[in-house]
Amino acid sequence: MDFATLLQMLDATLRLATPLLLACLAGLYSERAGIFDIGLEGKMLAAAFLSAAIAAVSGNVWLGLLAGIGASMLLSVIHGLASITFRGNQLISGVAINFLAAGLTVVIAQSWFAQGGRTPQLTGDARFNPIDLPFAEALQNVPVLGPIYYELISGHTILVYVALLMVPLTWWILFRTRFGLRLRAVGENPAAVDTAGVSVIWLRFAAVGICGILCGIAGAYLATALQAGFVKDMSAGRGFIALAALIFAKWRPWYALYACLLFGFLQAMSLRPDVIERVLSFQVNGQFLDVLPYILTVVILAGFVGKAIPPRAGGEPYVKER
Amino acid sequence: MDVMPKWADVILIPLISILLAAILSAVVILAIGENPWEALKLMVDGALGSTYGWGYTLYYATNFIFTGLAVSIAFHARMFNIGGEGQALIGGLGVAIICLFIPWPHWSLALLGAAIGAAVFGAAWAAIPAFLQAKRGSHIVITTIMFNFIAAAVLNYFLIGALKAPGMEPATLKFPEATHLPSFQDMFNFGETTFFRGAPANITFFVALAACVALWALIWKTRLGYEIRSFGYSESAAKYAGISPTKIIMVAMLISGALAGMMAINNVQGEAERLVLNAVEGAGFIGIAVALMGRSHPFGVLLAALLFGFLYQGGAELALWTSIPRELIIVIQALVILFTGALDNMVRMPLERLFLSLRRAKT
Repeated sequence: MDFATLLQMLDATLRLATPLLLACLAGLYSERAGIFDIGLEGKMLAAAFLSAAIAAVSGNVWLGLLAGIGASMLLSVIHGLASITFRGNQLISGVAINFLAAGLTVVIAQSWFAQGGRTPQLTGDARFNPIDLPFAEALQNVPVLGPIYYELISGHTILVYVALLMVPLTWWILFRTRFGLRLRAVGENPAAVDTAGVSVIWLRFAAVGICGILCGIAGAYLATALQAGFVKDMSAGRGFIALAALIFAKWRPWYALYACLLFGFLQAMSLRPDVIERVLSFQVNGQFLDVLPYILTVVILAGFVGKAIPPRAGGEPYVKER
Repeated sequence: MDVMPKWADVILIPLISILLAAILSAVVILAIGENPWEALKLMVDGALGSTYGWGYTLYYATNFIFTGLAVSIAFHARMFNIGGEGQALIGGLGVAIICLFIPWPHWSLALLGAAIGAAVFGAAWAAIPAFLQAKRGSHIVITTIMFNFIAAAVLNYFLIGALKAPGMEPATLKFPEATHLPSFQDMFNFGETTFFRGAPANITFFVALAACVALWALIWKTRLGYEIRSFGYSESAAKYAGISPTKIIMVAMLISGALAGMMAINNVQGEAERLVLNAVEGAGFIGIAVALMGRSHPFGVLLAALLFGFLYQGGAELALWTSIPRELIIVIQALVILFTGALDNMVRMPLERLFLSLRRAKT
């Protein structure tokens, strides 16, 4: 594999890892606060649809992004109501949210645009366009570093950089602020947090809300940056891969970045079977690469490669008084 | 002490939840500019207005009975099997191998063989997540989700590889004539009048009914069923009583996987008569809604499966005659799961308060 192809692959990796990373960090906040969320997929899908729809109608991608976050937040509120207020089963609530999004997006898209459950193609300002970092053109011809800067680091949409910045930010929030400490505590031992006079309900709703915002950005990225418009079921299991990455990363922000880059790289490889064949000089089944994240997660969960221990109070509604 | 009488728990709460789901569905239909009442009439007419419609309704219901029972038995052991979809896919693989490679003399033997094959393949697919849950404590929900994706890839692999029939389509050869199951059209043909003409409902429906009875007997009339239920109520108490958690988790999940896999004799052997990609079409997930609505009781599952069969066939008719897309059914399914599953307490809490105050007023 020559240098240019490698850069292309890594470039694709970064683009494909971005929605995974955003969704993975979204799940990180929620699950660290003790709320399991298998509805990441549905929230992304809802956000992808509404962001594309509003961007198509208004021609302004920023309005689209806001709408996408709104859609995702709405589903987050449902999840919060079900799993925090009414102390229902968080897993069942997540399943319901996934189906709600899968169904509603197509029904509404058909009703609004009558294009078989998709939105119109987005062009110009209705999409997030790549931005060139300063001096990218000028430094292009510097050996090795020039192409890396020009091809790999520069020339992405703003959301890619936002996602990357979210990693240190999340680390800082969770491990260096009072809010983060409480958020982690509420996922481990909510009774202790409650005894300290901090509202468990409020903290968990805050975590679920942050999860909604990040899923919203992830969905908007899918429909307005990675692709140009919404198509039915476009999240294509990414929410579940993000969930897998979260377990892979053992609920830690920096590891989440590495896991998402790894899974993004696998996706990039399955898009370029010709490259793999040239490098490995034998054919690798595309399906195998697609399901590798899931297989790896099962292996991790089985405890064969380190142990993944979820937050202790995860999945359990908190009852203040019995 | 139970706050509510039993009938309120078994009938009233599900009824209110379904009503809420129905009202919201009507709102969705209104919002996309159609008339909910007209839509309902069309659905009833399309799904129940003719033996043809009934034939489709019962065909879908058969699928949902199997997957609903599969989710139910896992619920009884307090496990959430989201993997019905994958188990049914792999069950289809078992049916295809049995039907294609064994020269069956008669359909009845083929049905028996295919049912066993489907059950074994489905159970095998559930066995790995079950084992990991029992022995390594890996969360069964996450592993079964992952196994759904892996199952789809496995099927894909076989259908574009070893089992692919000549031609463009990723599907197996048509199964031999002797394995074709009698459809309702063959069974209810009285000379002049033929019922269920052209509908896919077949003898598997009766297998599904038998499965309901068998599962009911298993859960409430056998020692194993008792152990499964005790484990579901309280893991520590069951352990103290000498019930092995590993055994219960494994057995409950194996039965669950076998039931989900057995769905394949309906859709693969009974209807398509060959294995195609995505043969399950989400029935594994509908099993979750069916089990929640049926309160994990085989009889409740039967009723809920019939309702979802009606919704499925009615939804297809809606998509045919109006501009309402078929995905509306997914929305209804989501609302049913949301209200009967996750938001159960939203209905239950006020009702409990109501019954409490009623009781106080009496004394």
